[in-house]
Amino acid sequence: MFEVNADRDQRLITLLEGQFPGMVLQHEVLLDMLCITVSKDKINEMLQFLYDHKELRFTFLTSLCGMHYPDDALQLGLVYHLHSLSNNYRIRLKTATALDDPHFPTATNIFMTANWMERETYDFFGILFDGHPNLKRILNVDDFEGFPMRKDFRLEDQSREDKNDAMFGR
Amino acid sequence: MQQKDEIRDIWTPADYAEGEAIREYNTLNLGPTHPATHGVFQNVMTMDGEFVVDAYQTIGYIHRAFEKLAERRPFYQITPITDRMNYCSAPLNNMGWHMTVEKLLGIKVPKRVDYLRVIIMELARIGDHNICNSVIGVDSGALTGFIYLFQQREKIYEIYEEICGSRLTTNMGRIGGFERNFSPIAWAKIKTFLDEYPLVLKEFERLLVRNRIFMDRTIKVGPISAERALNYGFTGPNLRAAGVDYDVRVMNPYSSYEDFEFSIPLGSSGDTYDRFMVRQEEMWQSLSIIRQAIDKLEQMPDKETYTADYSDYVLPFKEKVYNSMEALIYHFKIVMGETPIPKGEVYHCVEGANGELGFYLVSDGGRQPFRLHFRRPCFIYYQAYPEMAKGSMLSDAVLTMSSMNVIAGELDA
Amino acid sequence: MVNFDKLPDGHIGTGFFATSFEQAIGLARKNSLWPLPFATSCCGIEFMATMGAHYDLARFGSERLSFSPRQSDLLMVMGTIAKKMAPVLKEVYIQMAEPKWVLSVGACASSGGIFDTYSVLQGIDRIIPVDVYVPGCPPRPEQIIDGILKIQELVGNEGLRRRYSPEYEHLQAKYNIE
Repeated sequence: MFEVNADRDQRLITLLEGQFPGMVLQHEVLLDMLCITVSKDKINEMLQFLYDHKELRFTFLTSLCGMHYPDDALQLGLVYHLHSLSNNYRIRLKTATALDDPHFPTATNIFMTANWMERETYDFFGILFDGHPNLKRILNVDDFEGFPMRKDFRLEDQSREDKNDAMFGR
Repeated sequence: MQQKDEIRDIWTPADYAEGEAIREYNTLNLGPTHPATHGVFQNVMTMDGEFVVDAYQTIGYIHRAFEKLAERRPFYQITPITDRMNYCSAPLNNMGWHMTVEKLLGIKVPKRVDYLRVIIMELARIGDHNICNSVIGVDSGALTGFIYLFQQREKIYEIYEEICGSRLTTNMGRIGGFERNFSPIAWAKIKTFLDEYPLVLKEFERLLVRNRIFMDRTIKVGPISAERALNYGFTGPNLRAAGVDYDVRVMNPYSSYEDFEFSIPLGSSGDTYDRFMVRQEEMWQSLSIIRQAIDKLEQMPDKETYTADYSDYVLPFKEKVYNSMEALIYHFKIVMGETPIPKGEVYHCVEGANGELGFYLVSDGGRQPFRLHFRRPCFIYYQAYPEMAKGSMLSDAVLTMSSMNVIAGELDA
Repeated sequence: MVNFDKLPDGHIGTGFFATSFEQAIGLARKNSLWPLPFATSCCGIEFMATMGAHYDLARFGSERLSFSPRQSDLLMVMGTIAKKMAPVLKEVYIQMAEPKWVLSVGACASSGGIFDTYSVLQGIDRIIPVDVYVPGCPPRPEQIIDGILKIQELVGNEGLRRRYSPEYEHLQAKYNIE
């Protein structure tokens, strides 16, 4: 559905690797979107670079979501979907961090839309965004304990007594 | 000392100036149960008399944990969840989800299925804009338009019922197509709808579009500039009302939208009147797209295909399941999850009634997704509400909120 | 309007003096219920369809919707109630004046519906007493009207002294409502 252009992808990778040497860990084209895994150290500068670059112009943040990989060394992940409207070019930027250091720089200085997206990611995964103006829980109750989207959190409310788990195959 | 806001053409209260008496702002709580049936979200507004100085939102009052729920269900069971996100145009969400899974599995659907999907998606879009525009009328005091248009929504419900059995939360279609061909009654109902609906829409337009009172209430109310809208991640009619021509159907066409001829209405100032008019015009465009789809389908010699032909992932026809061994075995394998699902990630977006509805699906080879993230347009553009409502009066702030078409199910997921 | 004198002992309870009077009051009440539509999600849209011209709810007397709890009789809870929303719902119920009835529309309000998750209240009868449950996801407008008709039956046959009876107070105490 999205057009794949290998030259364009290569040009982007070259530009990124030139500006941030050693930060681009891996890149591949998954189905129809270029997926770039970067280390988290300069993710904010990278986003700013992609935003300001005259040719790339990734000025639209489509989505920001967290991931939890329980089997990897770096368990908490973050995925940015960027869209360059003028070039009709979409990419996916992935980073990860360890579970005991869940800090990422915020993207709200570049994109106003990242505000609530980061709050939602904090609410679900416990990822802290340094520099966020108002990092509070957004969808769950304010005094909720735990981070629901992590794999070790049960979906059902364990204190309910009217639904028999055995009958529902859980 | 008050300043004149040139864009909004109103006087805005200034901050404290030296020598002036300290103004006291009071707090007004709008919600979560507020009398415009828009959904449950809360706005705590700081008011200077009648003017809104600031607004602070709290959402999550209908958080139902869709993303976590989706990790527990096989792909075909996630469709009912997607229904309940933007429940005013449920078939659109269903089709978007099916297309995402088809992208992951590499299923190519036949043209006829594409055109059938286009008809359903445009009907859903008409239904959603129906509600939004009539509710803008209700919030400004015009109840008649709501009653007229809601009657037409009943006709759309009847069409959905013919096709899938349900009125509102449709769970329509399957991965790979539809569960059955559209019956002759469904075609008759669609054609009657195409004949009758334009008359009602014209009547609604005559009530509101050039109505002096409505125009005074909605022009220059809640504006947002195109740059701010893009930075806030706006998509859909709200962005097009600000003047940016971004429509996923045109930019990244899916489901054979490139075969259709339609225009994208654009506004200029991003205020409430522009949003209303963009949605109004989109309804006319959707009607034209449905007519084109019906013409194309009538010219197609094949009138029987309604699903793709991949036995590994597409459920076989029910008649075959009860009569032939292979179909029974495939049905069992698909439902019990024995067919191999490729590992991978996919992002697919459709032009929902509110904007770009995206599905980010990460599969680890199992029957259930490893991670499913919904890119919900309402959640993203509702952040901009304080900026749009600042400086306006309370009644304008209410109209701004209703013209943004915030649907609580999509907001909280 | 209606003044209740203190009944002598032995005649307390539902009493036998007031039977036709009760029926008259019940008839008046049941045909002029003012609902409070507490619409949260998809069932709310089906409610809007029920209020529309096709399945007119107004012909049963519910012409005037009230969003103010003080002025309504019937609390119609339509849609999923999340745990974040539960205190709000309880407040609205407490603010309603007697006599009040509660109609729980939809599977989510009745029992949590398909959302057996950490954030959804598994049925509003965990926090407020419910009179009639309307199942469905979402229920058709005919089903909602059926629910309203059952509420009307309850309203028409309700004794005048019910709200002062010890059973009712026990019911309210069960939900920690004074």
